[in-house]
Amino acid sequence: MRIAADRAPLEDGRAVRAESPWRRFAAEFAQSRLALLGLALLVLLAAVAIAAPWIAPQNPYDLAQLDVLDSRLPPGSESLAGKTYWLGTDDQGRDMLSAILFGLRISLTVGVASTVAALALGLALGLAAAYFGGWLDAAIMRIADIQLSFPAILIALILLAALGQGVGKIIVALVTVQWAYYARTVRSAALVERQKEYVEAAKVLALPEARIVFRHILPNCLPPLIVVATVQVAHAISLEATLSFLGLGLPITEPSLGLLIANGFQYLLSGKYWISFYPGIALLVTIMAINLVADQLRDVLNPRLKR
Amino acid sequence: MAAYALRRLGQSLLVLALMSFLVFVGVYAIGNPIELLVNPEADDAERARAAQALGLDKPLLVQYGVFLLHAAKGDLGRSFVYNIPAIQLILQRLPATLELALTATVIAILIGIPLGLVAGLKPDSWIGRSIMAGSIVGFSLPTFWVGLVLIMVFSVQLGWLPPNGRGATVSLLGVPVSFLTLDGLRHLAMPALNLALLKLSLLIRLTRAGTRETVLQDYVKFARAKGLPMRRVVGVHVLKNIMIPIVTVIGLELGSVIAFAIVTESIFAWPGTGKLLIDSINQLDRPVIVAYLLVIVAIFIVINFVVDVLYSLLDPRVRIGSAAPAH
Repeated sequence: MRIAADRAPLEDGRAVRAESPWRRFAAEFAQSRLALLGLALLVLLAAVAIAAPWIAPQNPYDLAQLDVLDSRLPPGSESLAGKTYWLGTDDQGRDMLSAILFGLRISLTVGVASTVAALALGLALGLAAAYFGGWLDAAIMRIADIQLSFPAILIALILLAALGQGVGKIIVALVTVQWAYYARTVRSAALVERQKEYVEAAKVLALPEARIVFRHILPNCLPPLIVVATVQVAHAISLEATLSFLGLGLPITEPSLGLLIANGFQYLLSGKYWISFYPGIALLVTIMAINLVADQLRDVLNPRLKR
Repeated sequence: MAAYALRRLGQSLLVLALMSFLVFVGVYAIGNPIELLVNPEADDAERARAAQALGLDKPLLVQYGVFLLHAAKGDLGRSFVYNIPAIQLILQRLPATLELALTATVIAILIGIPLGLVAGLKPDSWIGRSIMAGSIVGFSLPTFWVGLVLIMVFSVQLGWLPPNGRGATVSLLGVPVSFLTLDGLRHLAMPALNLALLKLSLLIRLTRAGTRETVLQDYVKFARAKGLPMRRVVGVHVLKNIMIPIVTVIGLELGSVIAFAIVTESIFAWPGTGKLLIDSINQLDRPVIVAYLLVIVAIFIVINFVVDVLYSLLDPRVRIGSAAPAH
């Protein structure tokens, strides 16, 4: 089949050549059923989070819809108005299922936004370090080294203690602790790629430098970067939840999953487990789905494991 | 070796100085402690007097200079809240944190390395797959949530273990420790397990990845071809080679375990430095925050140095000092 395709007329041949790495990648990825399960869960969670305002049984932050008489009901209870609270209610009579859907929305937004921003920053700095070298390289990598020698949570904690609470501030903190991973990954990949013959060939062709960096070197640095980015989304979500749990992340007006869990902590010892437990399950499933995908990506994209 | 150690010491002092400045400036930006410390009904004159007594009326750089002068004498300021030297407060709490972190690390090593070896040797068997699936779960579980579930199961439902505190301590060489009393052990079990879980998964994955790459090497094939028993091949040829990155990571992660103890200590009300930090942030107790961070940075620098030395001892290919040309 492939031989026939390769011999196809030019326009067909181009289509085959452009598609086949993706097909091969998809086929290799699909070899792990766990990874496919993770991917399916991830798509489902993202869809649910995006659609939260339309599918949630109630708007958990519209005080008019809450009834204090319904507070701290166990899962499956019926409200005074006859609705069923499948996952129970919190101390303000809020339906936990709705709160979780909205919390998931905030958690995913923070995780993805901070990862994209950190990726962009790290990519730019890492490429610059690799391409220009010299004192710029030394300075950027020195900062990255020092920063990476401290745990992310410590740096984020101090930053948030100084900055205060808020979605924007927690994203700043997460970007600050994450950019160095990308910068390092890109730099080391770019340094290897720069020595390769295709780059030499491009230079001989007198292509503009920007074109060599962005069209030749950058795409070849992407595989390790994709793996790092996937893992880091999970990290970012977990870190945000942890910081919010400690009371240093998001304000109470924008409750992510971490804040919902923190809110239920005080009722845990009296046996009212559901206020903390179910948001925790949602958080766990989200992070696990991302990690399952990341794990398989790492195996597929790692040339060292190819025999 | 001595030259290397001296150069490292110089670098470390530089990092420490840099961090102290960043931390000082950063912490300076956290609210105004006068608002919390002085009676809200106090008039302006009284506030000014309090600010003057605490040295908060001077410009930032002067405050930093005063801080550095005192720090050089081992005085990191007095806690606004407890009114005792901040460094004393931290040293009082440090044994609890170190005990928790070390216990967690030991648990992670004892369980993680054997499981990782099995998963690496038999990556496609059901046992290898189960271990990996388990490690992904462990990796994904946020520390604080595991803590809550542990409390839910073992304290609330079963009532086996106490949910907070450190329990009875005995003095070991003048340092209070929990692990020598039954009550202390009961208090230590859940927080230590909680803190171990994250590193446990990391160790399993690291050991497995190392094993998988090592068994493909020619020297392992050769050892097998020579007819050496599997136990010897794994125990000597494989383990010795994968121990290098593992020891490095265990060492480097010790710092991160101490940092993550902040979370575990907050959940289990373990009276260590992490809980002290969170309380101090909430109470704007600046001297304690700064002192905590400097102590942590110092601990990190020591850990990194020890790991580097261990690394060179374990791997004869890396000889510290030989990289620097002789003058």
